[in-house]
Amino acid sequence: MHKLLIIAEHDGEKLNASISRCVTAARQISDVHVTVAVLAADPSAVAAQAAALTGVDAVITVAAAANAHAVAAIWAPQVVALVRGGYSHVWGPSTSFGKDLMPRVAALLDVNQISDLMAVDSAHTFKRPIYAGNAIITVQVAAGSVVVATVRTASFEAAPAGGNAAISAVSVDASLPTHTRFVSIAQAKSDRPDLQTAPKVVSGGRALGSAENFKIIFSLAEKMGAAVGASRAAVDAGYAPNELQVGQTGKIIAPQLYMAVGISGAIQHLTGIKDAKTIVAINKDAEAPIFEVADIGLVADLFDVVPQIEKALAG
Amino acid sequence: MRKILVGIKRVVDYNVRIRVKPDNSGVVLDGVKMSVNPFDEIALEEALRIRERGEAEEIVAVSIGPDDAQQQLRTALAMGADRAILVKHDGMLEPLTVAKTLMAIVSREQPELVILGKQAIDDDNSQATQMLSALWDRPQVTCASKVEIKGNTLSVVREVDAGLETLEVDLPAVISADLRLNEPRYVKLPDIMKAKKKPLDVVEFASLNVATPGQLTATHYEPPKARAKGVMVKDVAELISALKNKGLV
Ligand SMILES: Cc1cc2nc3c(=O)[nH]c(=O)nc-3n(C[C@H](O)[C@H](O)[C@H](O)COP(=O)(O)OP(=O)(O)OC[C@H]3O[C@@H](n4cnc5c(N)ncnc54)[C@H](O)[C@@H]3O)c2cc1C
Repeated sequence: MHKLLIIAEHDGEKLNASISRCVTAARQISDVHVTVAVLAADPSAVAAQAAALTGVDAVITVAAAANAHAVAAIWAPQVVALVRGGYSHVWGPSTSFGKDLMPRVAALLDVNQISDLMAVDSAHTFKRPIYAGNAIITVQVAAGSVVVATVRTASFEAAPAGGNAAISAVSVDASLPTHTRFVSIAQAKSDRPDLQTAPKVVSGGRALGSAENFKIIFSLAEKMGAAVGASRAAVDAGYAPNELQVGQTGKIIAPQLYMAVGISGAIQHLTGIKDAKTIVAINKDAEAPIFEVADIGLVADLFDVVPQIEKALAG
Repeated sequence: MRKILVGIKRVVDYNVRIRVKPDNSGVVLDGVKMSVNPFDEIALEEALRIRERGEAEEIVAVSIGPDDAQQQLRTALAMGADRAILVKHDGMLEPLTVAKTLMAIVSREQPELVILGKQAIDDDNSQATQMLSALWDRPQVTCASKVEIKGNTLSVVREVDAGLETLEVDLPAVISADLRLNEPRYVKLPDIMKAKKKPLDVVEFASLNVATPGQLTATHYEPPKARAKGVMVKDVAELISALKNKGLV
């Protein structure tokens, strides 16, 4: 029996959607027992959400004031203490949370991490992308070492609700550093769908030319009930906030529909959308590489067609 | 502060389209253009700016890699690093081994700050910063987009999925550079000439006594699944009906 621990990402109230995808990945190991660990100031609400996921066998909670924010240096020694209690695997999502925390955990356990795990071949053999997804490698972990991994959430479906795992509080014996202090988080509160989980995404690139012009992307997205994304060029230029960047160094997403508007299709951008079901590209350059991956392409000036699309959808 | 250590990795240039070898044993690297990992240039640029503000005295660039990585270290020296260290090693290294090697250099050099790139664009592992800070038992700040030095502490803004997070950490610390931390300077010809005279020490990897347990083995390389060929539509009406057919609008 493999004992797999998933470290819950959450904001104190809600379990992050990435965790149910980690559960799906974990379930692909045969003969596995899946536990979700919730570190928080008050874990109760998040623990209940984790316990309700199909495929979760147990939920453990570590309540501490120091766990109010996910500071890797503070969480890592606690996670290590939990793992030493008898887990063969410890996984987190390949989100900014998991990418920050899990390698620190791995180093403390004296093992390597499998980054961006995208397929499970066996309990010790996995696939992951390298070179911005232009090659996929199969990696074998030596038997007997703890398997630390971050899960590429776009590669796995969300686990459905319907579980009823037992929740238990545990205490951990770990000394927590004071050298790292959380100060604040600035997050744009918006009613728009979340980029990482939305079934539809409309993304704008450098072609938009200004933050003012970028508003037509927000407007079209709203009409479609879609989340908004952006290329690095659009974020660097200040047309869109950093958390909307899609790509190798932004978010990796797998929506049903991805609409790339005025985006050339650099490999670093394409990495982020390879798993999208349908890619629509609107670009005035018929030679733009985005058309090589697009399911539906339209060669046109975006400033002509975006308003037309909006109108067509309204009518 | 006295000293900043910056990591410089030699990687396949970001413009190169990588191909997998037909026998699935690796990727084709023969004759491919190599460069400094873009995030490492950003890391170095940040160190240079800190020094130029009078907040650091010396910048040491470190690379772990083959003899040819001296080229990338020369680029770092031309950008403005004061000296360089190459830990000579041929072939792949596991992330933990990279971190342990950096730790050995940190122990020798005793920097107050280490700045690395947030990931290397070849293996995309994104582990070195977190692992080095764990081994060193010091703070980590990954994906930094703004760094302020306040005496013995740093205030750092990080790019996270939700937005921008600010952490305050005590020095010494390890931070990793994200894309928007700065825009690296271009190297000018006179700087390249000057860089030739700057010290570049070569240290044999074996001399550092870092264990190489071989805990991960890459057994197979394959290209990603190709997407099915798409269709071109001629106007918005066709686009909308194509989307309707797929049930997407
Ligand atoms: C280390 C590294 C990491 C990176 N990570 C990322 C990442 O995570 N995400 C990312 O997106 N990029 C990333 N990049 C940047 C990437 O290489 C490209 O520079 C970037 O994606 C380009 O953005 P763009 O397509 O918006 O701009 P451009 O490449 O400038 O493309 C603009 C496109 O708009 C079209 N256009 C112009 N005007 C119009 C119009 N009126 N109507 C219709 N079309 C028009 C043009 O034909 C062109 O194709 C990274 C680069 C590096 C080096």
